Amino acid sequence: MKKTLLACLFVPGLAAPAAAQDSITIPNIIELSGAGATVGTNWRNGSTLAVEEINAAGGILGKKIVLEFVDTGSDPGKARAAVQRALDKNPVAIFGPIYSGSVSATLKLTNDAGVPQIIGGEAANLTEQGSKYIFRTSFGQNVSMPKIANYLRDDVKAKSVAVIYVNNDFGRGGRNAIIKELQSRGIKIAADISTEGGQADFAADVIKVKGSGADAVFVYLNEEESARFLVEARKQGLDKPLVGETTLLGQKVIDLAGAAANGVRGHVGLTVDAPVPAIQAFGKKFEARFKYKPDHNGVKGYIAPYMVKAAAEKAGKLDAKAIAAALHGLTITPDKVPGILIEATWDATGEIDRVSFLAEVKDGKQVITKVLPKLK
Amino acid sequence: MADFLQLLIAGLATGAIYALAAIGFTLLWQTSQTINFAQGEFVMLPAFFALAAMNGFGLPFWLAAVLAVAAAVVLLGFVFKIVIVDPLIRQGVLPLVISTIAVALLLKDGAKEAYSAEAQRFPSILPDRLQDIFGAKISLAQLGVLGVAMATIGALQWFLAATHTGRQMQATAQNPTVARILGVRVERMVMFTFVLNAALAAIASLLISPVYFVKFSNGETLGVAAFVSAIVGGFNQVRGAIAGGLLVGVIDNLAGAYSTVIGVSSSYRQAVPLALLVLVILFRPQGLLGRREERAV
Repeated sequence: MKKTLLACLFVPGLAAPAAAQDSITIPNIIELSGAGATVGTNWRNGSTLAVEEINAAGGILGKKIVLEFVDTGSDPGKARAAVQRALDKNPVAIFGPIYSGSVSATLKLTNDAGVPQIIGGEAANLTEQGSKYIFRTSFGQNVSMPKIANYLRDDVKAKSVAVIYVNNDFGRGGRNAIIKELQSRGIKIAADISTEGGQADFAADVIKVKGSGADAVFVYLNEEESARFLVEARKQGLDKPLVGETTLLGQKVIDLAGAAANGVRGHVGLTVDAPVPAIQAFGKKFEARFKYKPDHNGVKGYIAPYMVKAAAEKAGKLDAKAIAAALHGLTITPDKVPGILIEATWDATGEIDRVSFLAEVKDGKQVITKVLPKLK
Repeated sequence: MADFLQLLIAGLATGAIYALAAIGFTLLWQTSQTINFAQGEFVMLPAFFALAAMNGFGLPFWLAAVLAVAAAVVLLGFVFKIVIVDPLIRQGVLPLVISTIAVALLLKDGAKEAYSAEAQRFPSILPDRLQDIFGAKISLAQLGVLGVAMATIGALQWFLAATHTGRQMQATAQNPTVARILGVRVERMVMFTFVLNAALAAIASLLISPVYFVKFSNGETLGVAAFVSAIVGGFNQVRGAIAGGLLVGVIDNLAGAYSTVIGVSSSYRQAVPLALLVLVILFRPQGLLGRREERAV
């Protein structure tokens, strides 16, 4: 008897078997420090909110969800190690990472283990590497860049565009995709400017943009760098249209850049300013809880647990392979799963399809100017 | 030409801030043979003090800035000297240097935990109005940063050269034993250099934060830039640190803008100041304006 008690004291698994059976742990491997801290913090808060709601409503198939947050430090090497450790515990799904470089470093691991990985990465090549277990929460660049290129041609009427991008997987993927799309529409690339992640001084880059004589500038940087670029662009009186994709118009960029963000335009896949009541209600809920307005990463983090819930309920079991199989070709509608916010469909490669938006920053606020329909 | 002028002024503005931080390296080295690897974090932290004063207590920016400098002087000057430097310097330079690395990590992670890992906006001392100078559009904020940084450096030079205390500090830096014989209170002078270093770091923090934003990891970039500046200019001369800071700031900007002209990708921009560092170490190890030091074995 004494030995049994001692064993219970020293082996946590024996001490609390009931708790383990009533809940499932989903590793949330995200960027909570380093260059991606803004991104990861939004995702963490969004997913926390969703899990609280799901647990309050009885969980998934009767099991409560526990999120285990692991900070990648925005480093692909650390992300890979964290995913490997998480897979050793046979989770039903993994959330994150959000940075494309970190996703790229981890997607083979989840594919080999047969565990669905719900990611925030947007690099075009992530869904082109043959993984059957990767699922996006936002558009890949292969979907968003044609929309931006159309916008630059049809609305901005640009004949030449300067492209400034961050030299990481996310930035290079976006740069390659937009240049291909612009050139196919007969738009000249006036400048092709590479910058570094975490770069603080954009004076030289803005001067290069000004010297290029481009009709418009396509800015594809991470949040903080986007804000620094906008501040510098305003400081130097850059008066060409600044166009970007989701990140450039994000709330954190607007908060950091202040008045310098006014006039920025572009395409946004997800935003709490979207003219969709469910998203706006989510935005208010998030703001009431965390005291700030979320960006698109907050929405991405929020829908991730609802994706697992919808897929697990369709499959009828909490099994990694069954959840992945259920997600392929699945359309989740807000009338059945309100937490999904907007109707979304995942294809066989894990690519997402849903409506998206054209937006502009006016008086420090993102204003939606047009709703673009689902592709299929 | 207008572009070049714009780059030059932007580079000088950033370089002047690097110089403020680099001077701290030289001051501490001269008076106490201390290399403070937490110097970057010393520049990062005061902006958090100012933010806390503004957001936590609703104070106006000017008052928050004054309090931030005061808090930096107390914590990063007095307390750092008494709690870290004094007990460890007796064990030799190496334990102290390693301890400053530990201080850097502590400050960095402390700022992250206490405030946030996310970047925060910071107000600018001067408005971002544009001024046309010889065809170049220069922002008043940038000129203000350059002006304040250069005025601070000028005031420091005047203090060291023209005041009784400043001359005692120089005497302490040149030869503490002789200074002590001549009646200079060496310990007090060493303390003054730590206080001065903290004040300079705080001013650099207030000037750089509107551009870099306030973030716990800013010290990494700033610390390296200031260290490179101090070595390039001359680690044992204040004027060397000033020249080194300005040079690194300008070269960094010119490399970013013109590297592609000579067929080198702008991705190598960050390597250019480091290449300069290597060249200086190879051909002029005492730094561009530094004094050669000889040591008895």
